[in-house]
Parts: sequence; C-alpha cells; structure tokens
Amino acid sequence: MKVVVCVKQIPDPALPGELDPSTNYLKRDDKLILDESDSYGVEMALQLVEGAGGGEVSLVSMAPNNEVSGLRTALAMGAEDAILVSDNALAGSDALGTARVLAAAISRLSPDLVLAGVESSDGYTGTVPEMIAGVLDIPSITFAKQIEIDGNTVKVQRQTEAGYDDVECQTPALVSVTAGVVEPRYPSFKGIMAAKKKPVEELDLSALGLDESSVGQSGARQETVRVTEAEERQAGEVIEDEGDAHEKIVEFLGELKIV
Amino acid sequence: MNFSASEDHEAIREGVRRVCAQFPDEYWREKDEQHEFPWDFYQAMADGGWVGIAIPEEFGGGGQGITEASIVLEEVAASGAAMNGCSAIHLSIFGMEPVRKYGSPELANEILPKVADGSLHAAFGVTEPDAGTDTTSIRTRAERDGDEYVITGAKVWTTKAPYCDVCLLLVRTTPKELCDGPTQGMTLLLVDLKDPSVDITPIPKVGRNAVVSCEVRYDGLRVPVSRRVGEEGEGFRYILDGLNPERILISAEALGIGRAALRKAVDYANDRVIFGRPIGQNQGLAFPLADSHARLHAAELVIREASWRYDSGLDCGAQANLAKYLASEAAFECADRAMQTHGGFGYAKEYDVERYWRESRLMKIAPVSQEMVLNYVSNKVLGLPRSY
Ligand SMILES: Cc1cc2nc3c(=O)[nH]c(=O)nc-3n(C[C@H](O)[C@H](O)[C@H](O)COP(=O)(O)OP(=O)(O)OC[C@H]3O[C@@H](n4cnc5c(N)ncnc54)[C@H](O)[C@@H]3O)c2cc1C
Ligand SMILES: Cc1cc2nc3c(=O)[nH]c(=O)nc-3n(C[C@H](O)[C@H](O)[C@H](O)COP(=O)(O)OP(=O)(O)OC[C@H]3O[C@@H](n4cnc5c(N)ncnc54)[C@H](O)[C@@H]3O)c2cc1C
Repeated sequence: MKVVVCVKQIPDPALPGELDPSTNYLKRDDKLILDESDSYGVEMALQLVEGAGGGEVSLVSMAPNNEVSGLRTALAMGAEDAILVSDNALAGSDALGTARVLAAAISRLSPDLVLAGVESSDGYTGTVPEMIAGVLDIPSITFAKQIEIDGNTVKVQRQTEAGYDDVECQTPALVSVTAGVVEPRYPSFKGIMAAKKKPVEELDLSALGLDESSVGQSGARQETVRVTEAEERQAGEVIEDEGDAHEKIVEFLGELKIV
Repeated sequence: MNFSASEDHEAIREGVRRVCAQFPDEYWREKDEQHEFPWDFYQAMADGGWVGIAIPEEFGGGGQGITEASIVLEEVAASGAAMNGCSAIHLSIFGMEPVRKYGSPELANEILPKVADGSLHAAFGVTEPDAGTDTTSIRTRAERDGDEYVITGAKVWTTKAPYCDVCLLLVRTTPKELCDGPTQGMTLLLVDLKDPSVDITPIPKVGRNAVVSCEVRYDGLRVPVSRRVGEEGEGFRYILDGLNPERILISAEALGIGRAALRKAVDYANDRVIFGRPIGQNQGLAFPLADSHARLHAAELVIREASWRYDSGLDCGAQANLAKYLASEAAFECADRAMQTHGGFGYAKEYDVERYWRESRLMKIAPVSQEMVLNYVSNKVLGLPRSY
C-alpha cells in the first residue's frame, strides 16, 4: 500500500506572523515548520501502513525557498521520502493553484490513498484537499476520524456534529483527517538522524509539466482585496447570581445550541 | 573557530523540546508536591531514544558524545522540568560509562542495552555519612567469600534508589590504613538494589522532590565477582574518570534551569504593571536580568568548550570545573532574581520560580561543591597549595 500525505510547512505559529503590506501575503522568509494539522495525517498514514504490515508513506509539500524543515520532521516520524515543489513563480498561489501543483506531484507517485489535513493552521480555507481530488478526479472523503483499508475499499468514520457517518469509496481516494483524532508520535532521536538521509525530491513547475499561467499569482482567481484588524472581543455578559444563575447559563448555552 | 550551531544539535534540541512540551510546569509542580517519580516523562524520553543518546550504537544507544547529551539535559531543564526532570534520567545518560569502559563485555552487554532503552534504572552510590567530599574515607566494606563479595555499610544520598534495579557502588576492598595511598583499595561493583539485605530510606529534602535521594544500608549483600567493574582496587580511578563529563552534564542542567527562570522573569516583568508601567521598565529589575543573561551565556560558552574538549579526547578538567562553577552560580542567582521579579507571587508555588530556586540551589552543593571546584582551580590550574 502506498499512502501520500500532503504536508504544509508554515511559519511557526508561536512567533508573531506578519503580512507583506504590498501584497497582503503572509511573510514566509523565516524557517517554516510542519503544520501541526498535518501531523495527524502523517500519524494516520504510518498507522495504516503499519497495520497493513507493509507499504510506504510519502510526503508532498509546496513551499517557498526550498524549505524542508517541516518535511524533515514528518520524515523523522517515519515517512519514507518526500516531494517538495518550490518555484518563485508559485508566490501568490491561491487554493486552486496549490491544489494543481500538489495534484501534479501526487500523480507521479500513483498512491492508493492520499491524506491531507481538514484545514491548515495559517491559511485555513479548508478547500485544498477537495480541489486536489477534483483535479485528480478521484473520490474524496472529508473529516475522517478513523480510516480502514479493506482491499480496494476505503472505509471512513466521518465526523459529524452528532457523531459520525460510515462512508466508503474505492481507491485511489483522498481523505482529509480531522485534527486531534490520533496522537502524533514524537520524532525519536534515531528517527531524526535517519530523516537527514531520506530522499527529498525537489521539483519546479517545468519538472511537473505545469504552465506558469495556471498557478501562482498569474493563475490565482482569489485576490486579497483588503485586510483589516479583527475586532477586539467585547466584554462578555456578567450574570449576577441571585440563585438562578445556573438556569441563565443553561439558557445561554441553549441559545448557542451547545446544550 | 566556529560558533555556528550544528544542524544535528538544533534537531536534538527541537526533538527534546517536543517531548518536554507534553510535560508543562503544572506537571512538574504536581510531581514535586506529591513526591511522585515522573514515570510517564521518563518513558517518553526513553521511547524517543533520548535516554540512551550517549550509549554506543552497538548497545542500542544513540552513539553521541557528551555535547549532545548535555544539550538533551539542558533542554529538559529549560522546559521547566528542571532537576525533577534531569535527575530522573541523569544517571542513565552517562552514569554507566564505567561499565562500558572498564566492565567485562558480558556485563556491558547485559546492562547497557537495558539502560539505553530505559528498561533498567541504575543508581550511583559513593557518598557516605562521613565521606562526601572526602571520598577516600568511605567505609562500606566488601569481603571476598569464594565467588562473591559480601557488602556491609551505609551510603547516603543515593538518588532514585527505590526505583533502581542496580547501583554502581564504590566499596573498600582494602582498608585505607593498609593501602599505600588513600585512593587505593577501593573497588566498583554493580550491585542488586532489590535484594532484601538492602534497606532504603528516603531523606526528606528541600526540593527536587519528584526524585528521592536515600540512605541505603547494605547488610551482608552478596555480589557475584562477575559484577565487579574492572580490577579490584582500581575503583577510585574509574570514578575519577567520570567526574569531568558528570560536571559538564550538571552544568548544562544548571544552565537550563537558569534559562527557564529567566524566561519566566522576563515574561512577568513585561506583563506586570505597577505604578502605571511594566515593572521591567525599572532598571532595578531589568539590569539584574540582563546581567543574568550575560552570566548564563558565559557559562554556556565554557560548557561548550568543555564538552567539545571531552568529545575530542582532550583534557578538560579545568574547563569542566569552570563550567560547573559558572553555571551553578549563574543559575541560582538567576532563579533568585526571577523570584525577586515576581515579588510576593515568586514565593507562591503557582509561579514555579520557587521550584527553580530550590532546585538550582542543589547544583552549588552536589555532585561536587563549589568549594571543591575552587580547590581544583586553585591547586591544579593556578598552582596554589592544596587545602586537603
Ligand atoms: C492571500 C493569500 C496569500 C498567499 N501567500 C502565499 C505565499 O506568500 N507563499 C506561499 O507559498 N503560498 C501562499 N499562499 C498559498 C497558501 O498558503 C496555500 O497554499 C493555499 O491557499 C492553501 O490554502 P490553505 O492553507 O487554506 O489550505 P487548506 O485547504 O486549509 O489546507 C488543508 C490541507 O491541504 C494541504 N495543503 C494545503 N496547502 C498545502 C501546501 N502548500 N503543501 C502541502 N499541502 C498543503 C494540507 O494537508 C492541509 O492540511 C497564499 C494564499 C492566499 C489566499
Ligand atoms: C539531592 C542530592 C542528591 C545526591 N545524589 C547522590 C548520589 O546519587 N550518589 C552519591 O554518591 N552522592 C549523592 N549526593 C551527595 C553529594 O555528592 C555530596 O553531598 C557532596 O559531594 C558533598 O559532600 P558532603 O555532603 O559529604 O559534604 P562535606 O564533604 O561534609 O562538606 C561540607 C562542606 O564543607 C566544604 N569543604 C570540605 N572540605 C573543604 C575544603 N578543603 N575546602 C573548602 N571547603 C571544604 C564542602 O565544600 C561543603 O560545603 C547527593 C547529594 C544531594 C544533596
């Protein structure tokens, strides 16, 4: 079994992010790290392959400046190899452009299963995985909390507000994995050392056979028109307890449909 | 000279940080208060291969040097785990080096892989009630009886003893009076701590309470001769051999606590507003922290020099001692200043700096006191007469 995991490398969320004022793009000049949202997909892939008693986990990523730090983390967890797509012409890519690039990289690997995060931590449009499936013309299942491979069938427990749905489709397929559904392993010392020697194939647009006009800023159909500060959160409502505070809280939570 | 951090070292730091991030200050505060050994932390470090990092690859370890081992311990301490975290793994990291270097191949093959994978805990028993600094005055005896030694005596401060399977024990096989010199007649044995003739009593202490240190009585413990490490009578020399790397590791632990304390102090000094401005704007608070940063940085450079020398096979006695001295001073002073920065809250357990303060104080006493380090420097580096 061959599983490909899409892993996004993002600016460290622990550091204050910054937008380029001329383009409104997030600045990505410093080291990029593995998006935590994608560590679940990596873990899920490793578990699937281990459970199947064999197979291979490969990674694909699109990132600027030939960044591999985040890929190395995922390789240290146990993935075998990776494809990195990096090209100056990709700056300003929107979700569809990103999906085209990733799809082209994935198709070189002919996987049985493609995993991605439900949404990234920095862009979080939550659209790239489904677009990849669209470009590759394979079925896609979203919000997976559990995945099982049975012959040529992918069986997924798809998380819903009330619980989960059982969904099935044929391989090859793309499944997006909900954050938090598995416990990602920490890279071990030996894993980290081994990761340095694992192959990362670096490709540019021409190697993928993609036309510059379909990706990057020139191919983007999404445009950031304006960026404004998020409004500061207003002070919440204070309930004085006159013996009925619990009822008011239950009522409030009821309005929010939490209880 | 090249001061750039190697990619491997950065990766080691990041890897250790990732494990430690699962064990925040709240975890350590609770373990310290409950006097509970941090088993899950220990297991996570062992599973990641961090405990075995300096054990050779042929025994299942990571095959790295003291530089890498010291980076692991520094990061553990700096995560806020401080000495509760470091002491939980400290002896497994390099304490069994005498077994590798001087022990029989059978003993090394039996012990080291289990230390490396974390399944075997080992203690180190040298200090006695009447012999700490003055090691050659130890009185714990081992009498030869056929293929066994019979051990009688008492050790103090044996760290982690109740959880340990074995202890690397320094004993007298010949009384001091009968030896040509005081450093002769001592032997190193790997003894079984689970034997009923061994009695272990924890010593109530100021801090680092997740990891106990104990009084350990040996009342006729029988140890097969095959468990002797190296030659009879050579034990002191084997122990001396491990002192420099031990000092380097301790320095790194101190440095880590200092970093943790400084981080807390700076955050608090930025956040806490008194008289309408952040307290960190007052130079009375800012300068001591800046000064601590300088001292920690200086200590770090000497640690790196010492560990590089050790790993390069060069003599590092002077550097290891200076590192131990500078790092212990800088760490405790920094923890003290962090407490001062926090005002009354610094004295409250909730803010963690009091824990760093208690734990960094230890580094000035054990495993070797600041005075004994200065004795070394006075005598061996400066050429002044010896005081003992
Ligand atoms: C305004 C704007 C500015 C941008 N600026 C830049 C820029 O300066 N530099 C730049 O490189 N990109 C830039 N992008 C592209 C952007 O970062 C994303 O690659 C793209 O928009 C995907 O959106 P998302 O992060 O919301 O993905 P989501 O759909 O939220 O991501 C879901 C999952 O898809 C996969 N995935 C998404 N993106 C990637 C990826 N790149 N590699 C591997 N897997 C991935 C991951 O598994 C992820 O968990 C910009 C996009 C926009 C809209
Ligand atoms: C928490 C903790 C854990 C420990 N864990 C272990 C362990 O696992 N295994 C182990 O074997 N030991 C352990 N020790 C013991 C530790 O190594 C000793 O406490 C230390 O070596 C000091 O010895 P001492 O306590 O006997 O002090 P002493 O030798 O009694 O010294 C008392 C004081 O006199 C000073 N002094 C003595 N002679 C001189 C001199 N000539 N010049 C100047 N000053 C002098 C010393 O510096 C010290 O300040 C531990 C100790 C502690 C506190």
